[in-house]
Amino acid sequence: MDLNAIRTGQRVKVQLSGELDQHSADGVRDALDALIADGSVRELVLDMSRVSFMDSSGLGVLLGRYRTLNARGGRLLLSAVPAPIDRILKLSGMYSLVDRA
Amino acid sequence: MYMHDNQMHLQFVSLSQNEAFARSVAGAFFTQLNPTLEELTDVRTAISEAVTNAIIHGYGNDTGMVTLEGALDGDECTFTIRDAGVGIPDVALARQPFYTSHPELERSGMGFTLMETFMDEVAVESEVGRGTTVTMKKRVKAQASK
Repeated sequence: MDLNAIRTGQRVKVQLSGELDQHSADGVRDALDALIADGSVRELVLDMSRVSFMDSSGLGVLLGRYRTLNARGGRLLLSAVPAPIDRILKLSGMYSLVDRA
Repeated sequence: MYMHDNQMHLQFVSLSQNEAFARSVAGAFFTQLNPTLEELTDVRTAISEAVTNAIIHGYGNDTGMVTLEGALDGDECTFTIRDAGVGIPDVALARQPFYTSHPELERSGMGFTLMETFMDEVAVESEVGRGTTVTMKKRVKAQASK
C-alpha cells in the first residue's frame, strides 16, 4: 500500500492507495502510527478513494488507530469510502466509532 | 467424467503475499459465472478471509501448504480452503463476531462474519492438530442483461 500524508495543525490527512489486507496491514499500521505519534495530533482523516480492496484485516488496522486517537480525545475520520468497503464498515459497526469526513 | 461443470485445485505456501494471489485466482475462476461486480467482490473478500485464517491462525509462525479448490455447477460456485495447521478447538466460538484468538495482533475478529455475510453458505470442519477446512458456496443471481 502507498500512503500520502499532509499535516495541518492538529489534523493529519492520509490518502491510502492499494489493497489493505493482512499482508499490507503491518506496514500501514506502522506508517499511520508514525504519523500520529505526536500526541498533539487530534484528527486522522483517511482518504479511502484509492483503496482497491479491504478485508477484516483492514478493519483491525482502522480499529487500532481509532483506539490510539480516542485515548487522547482525538478522532478517526474516513473520507471517500468506496461502496464495497462502505458495506464492510457498516457491517462491523465501525461507523458508530468513526466519522465520515 | 468429472463431478462438476468445471473445477480447479491450487496449492500455495502460507505466505501472506499469497493472499492477493488467492483472491485473484478465486475471482478469475468465479468470473466464468458472469457475476456482478458486487458478487465478485464478495467472493474475493470471503476467500481473502479464509486464506488469511489458514495462514495466520492455521500455521501461525510456521509455514505449510494452503489448498484452494473451486467447483462450478450451474450458477453456483463452491470454494474449499484447507490447511493442515493447528485446527480450531471451538468452531462455534471462532465464528462469533468480534472473537479473535489473537487480541495482541489487533485483529477485528470479523473474518467469519464477513464470510457468512458475503457467501450463501459457510461450513467449517476442523480437528485440533490436523487442520481446518472451510467450504463456501455462492450462487450468482440471474440478470436480464446477461
